[in-house]
Amino acid sequence: MAENTTITQSKETKDLLILLAQTQKKCGFLSEETLANLARTLDMSLSDVYGVATFYSFLSTKPLGRHVIRVCKSLPCHYKDAAVIIESLEKTLGIKTGETTPDGRFSLELTNCIGACDKAPAILINDDVHGDLTVDRIPQILQAYK
Amino acid sequence: MPEKRIVLRNCGVIDPRDMSSYLAHDGFKGLEKALSLTPEQVIEEVKTSGLRGRGGAGFPAGMKWELTRKSPGDEKYLICNADEGEVGTFKDRYILQNDPFSLVEAIAIAGYAIGAKKGFIYLRAEYHYLRPMLANAIDQARAKGFLSHMDIEIRMGAGAYVCGEESALMESIEGKRGEVRYRPPFPPTKGLFGKPTVINNVETLMNIPAIMLNGARWFNQIGTERSKGTKVFSVAGDVPRPGVYEMVLGSKLRELVQDLAGATDIKAIQIGGATGRLIPESMLDTPLAFENLLGAGAITVFNSHRDIIDIVYRTMEFLAEESCGKCVPCRQGTEVMVETLERFMHGEGEERDVKVLQELSSTMMLTSLCGLGQAAPNPVIDSLQYFKDAYESRIKARGEVKV
Repeated sequence: MAENTTITQSKETKDLLILLAQTQKKCGFLSEETLANLARTLDMSLSDVYGVATFYSFLSTKPLGRHVIRVCKSLPCHYKDAAVIIESLEKTLGIKTGETTPDGRFSLELTNCIGACDKAPAILINDDVHGDLTVDRIPQILQAYK
Repeated sequence: MPEKRIVLRNCGVIDPRDMSSYLAHDGFKGLEKALSLTPEQVIEEVKTSGLRGRGGAGFPAGMKWELTRKSPGDEKYLICNADEGEVGTFKDRYILQNDPFSLVEAIAIAGYAIGAKKGFIYLRAEYHYLRPMLANAIDQARAKGFLSHMDIEIRMGAGAYVCGEESALMESIEGKRGEVRYRPPFPPTKGLFGKPTVINNVETLMNIPAIMLNGARWFNQIGTERSKGTKVFSVAGDVPRPGVYEMVLGSKLRELVQDLAGATDIKAIQIGGATGRLIPESMLDTPLAFENLLGAGAITVFNSHRDIIDIVYRTMEFLAEESCGKCVPCRQGTEVMVETLERFMHGEGEERDVKVLQELSSTMMLTSLCGLGQAAPNPVIDSLQYFKDAYESRIKARGEVKV
């Protein structure tokens, strides 16, 4: 059972969310052109497709870096100094949250609870959780993502 | 009352990658037993057990199954809600990491009971890393012939807290925006793709194999009169030993946060996450049960350095962000609450703001479409009841500055 099996050829509206996730995985983000193509294939209005694409926080209609860092900002992480982690990441990467590094390597985003509260402060990089974070561990963690 | 392992009985005991170790610990014996009974008998057993939904609402699981079983139609669905998104909850993650097989077995039993040939596990996007092991468990069960009567498919969420709400979850599986539905009709009559559907939380299902194997009477003797069995809690925040603990229902909150998690400095405890209750230390002897306090099992402890207004403000900010936006009371209500609380954060809150919060709370509770909007005022109401001083001291400070 691969990524919801390969149904990239599907023309059914019920598969829209899967198609959007697959397209984003392939192209890095969901461009206007991509959404228009999907709308045509599925015989849906562009606004309906756009509506789904913008509802979910893991889907993006703007270009993202190769690796997306999502820092948990919810209470358990917040009170374990998530702000210090955010500040350190911004400094290391030379960008603000919501931005992508000029070389396209990293995007930095904030996110709501990722279910790693026992390891707060925690972040997701792509699908990987990094918990019990400290500022001095950050450079080493980032190194693994080329 | 002590810790007791029913849901977590295999966690740390079996190898979550290898079915043979699960089989060596009574694996799939519950299914075997279920298949020797009629679906109606299985449902009767679950009803007798008194098992209630562990996702927060506490609806009797057997009744849900029965309603769906009795709904006309050949096509029915079973959905396992693994969209654990409540702030401070990570118990389902722990379960999926340590014992995916019990969940697969439970889904197989539930599918047989309600007559579903297809089951979905809706897994939140943040837990994508759990998918390979879960898929592996399904594949192994299929290869051994345990899923001959139904198939199970994993569906990924895409980052939306509200999709843990059952009707939004179904919309999401149907490929749409995760907006909640008007009810009735309820899922047992008209659920996924318009077909009769059961939606059960991961933890609810995890109880099923043990109930089948040991019998409803055994399960029924554990817990309180209206809360049978155990509950798995995720404890986090200002505690030295954050983690997942399973306790007999009716156990005192004190045993959990002080004895097990080791909390010493407690100002407030949030029970049930963002939409849960916010209570003071003086209520530590409250039993954890459906008739008192429970929710989905998220317990976040805040020490005396934490600011109550900050806690409530951040909680409301979360809810405003995650509101699906379909109904006005929730979409606008959470926004107005954020703005009002922000005034308190900046020392600009006034007495009339408290009134706005109170009136808005009752409007949202009465008129929101789903649990998110209905329960969103909880932290505000509780903080006004138990921590009124946090508001009053700020109002007073403002007055003094003026003079």
